Amino acid sequence: MNSDVVVSITDLNKSFGDNHVLRGIDLQVQRGEVVCIIGPSGSGKSTLLRCVNMLETPTAGTVVVLGRELTDIDCDLDEARAHIGMVFQQFNLFPHMTALENVCVAQRKVLKRSEDEAATIAHGLLARVGLVEKDNAYPAQLSGGQQQRVAIARALAMNPDVMLFDEATSALDPELIGEVLQVMQSLAQEGMTMLVVTHEMGFAKGVADRVVFMDGGVIIEQGPPSQVISAPVEERTRAFLSSVLNH
Amino acid sequence: MAISKRKKAQYRRITVYVLSVIALLAMVLVVDWGRLQSAMFQWDIVVEQFPDILTSAAKNTIIFTILGFAGGLSFGLLFALMRLSTIRPYRWFAATYIEIFRGIPLLVTLLILGFGIPIATGWRWPNPYLQGAVPLALVASAYMAETIRAGIEAVPKGQMEAARSLGMSYSRAMITIIIPQALRIIVPPLTNEFVLLIKDTSLISVLGVTAGTRDLARFGRDGVNHTANATPLIVAGLVYLAMTVPLTQLVAWMERREKAASR
Repeated sequence: MNSDVVVSITDLNKSFGDNHVLRGIDLQVQRGEVVCIIGPSGSGKSTLLRCVNMLETPTAGTVVVLGRELTDIDCDLDEARAHIGMVFQQFNLFPHMTALENVCVAQRKVLKRSEDEAATIAHGLLARVGLVEKDNAYPAQLSGGQQQRVAIARALAMNPDVMLFDEATSALDPELIGEVLQVMQSLAQEGMTMLVVTHEMGFAKGVADRVVFMDGGVIIEQGPPSQVISAPVEERTRAFLSSVLNH
Repeated sequence: MAISKRKKAQYRRITVYVLSVIALLAMVLVVDWGRLQSAMFQWDIVVEQFPDILTSAAKNTIIFTILGFAGGLSFGLLFALMRLSTIRPYRWFAATYIEIFRGIPLLVTLLILGFGIPIATGWRWPNPYLQGAVPLALVASAYMAETIRAGIEAVPKGQMEAARSLGMSYSRAMITIIIPQALRIIVPPLTNEFVLLIKDTSLISVLGVTAGTRDLARFGRDGVNHTANATPLIVAGLVYLAMTVPLTQLVAWMERREKAASR
């Protein structure tokens, strides 16, 4: 297998009861690539992302991340997930811990780093996402944008090989979206492999190496943003984009 | 002109106050206070209860309560986790256990485990404290399991997802992330459970315990037999109140604080 392929999804299917959400998805992500997944709500893009770290168990198909076949019953998911960072729409910070503790807890419990080492790394990462002097703040004391940046730092602390962003800015007030997108953009520029489910067309256009348009549980079209966003071939892509961009 | 709604409500309030005062006055006048005091609150008998009622009886009540609570909490947590397990037999076992022990009165459970099992098997309880505390803990664990389960389920699903996506195992995520948050939610109901347990220990007195392990209720009853007067029971009741009221007030305070914090 090509060692530069970080995520490889083959014929992925997912049903919730009678609801067939994903209908045969094939997708490969190269190391350092930024892939944005766009599409109307209910198109299955979030479910697809959640299958990449097995928060959802696929009904059929294979997911291979960093050479580990996650859909294989013998695969150690905890070990695999430690290499896959995930950022959620609702941040999901641990409310009973400070920002620093949020970034430290998995370093300590999963990677078994020493307290000092974890704290040094956490402090550095919080500074990197633009949060200085917020080490001891609890999530409730932070704005949505600050919380999401802590969540990004928390994921980065595990030195992930790939980062998944599940509508990371959708729950934010408009004036707070920019600061989070900026952090994501700088991550992309540093060469992080990223799979981004987003409604931010500007971000997709400016940062993505490849844009994937999904509808009805299938990939309708994909390619560089200059093609998919600026000159879509498929009728459904055009209809979706015109409804998003004309708002 | 018809009376307005607000005026009517005002009259109703005033009437309730007036009736309350009349009822209170009637009680003060009708009740034979002298007789009541001689039968239920003779001061020399009150004094006689001390210090044993505190150093022995109340101490035993507290020992039974703490044993029952500790056992109930440990098994309650276990059964709560089994109820939430993805493994069906665990869920079935926990659900059946909870139904059985919540469905049988504590008194009956105490008699079955305290007397029935020893008679049936010839096995003897090694310790009179355990004879009372184990059935208490088994019943308490059924109630606490439901409280703890509700607390765990009240923690948003995203917390477990975030923890798992960082590579934590299910049990690691439970211990580090979920249970600490659930505890905050369940401390008030668990404190209420503690108050219920304090009172439920009074049922242990049916097991005919030794003089040294008598609880407050048994101590009061024996006092009644001894003095032919109800005063020891009244004193026992007051000692129960001295233990329970601070705790219920604590719960009320915690709930007020929680309400203020969530605003």
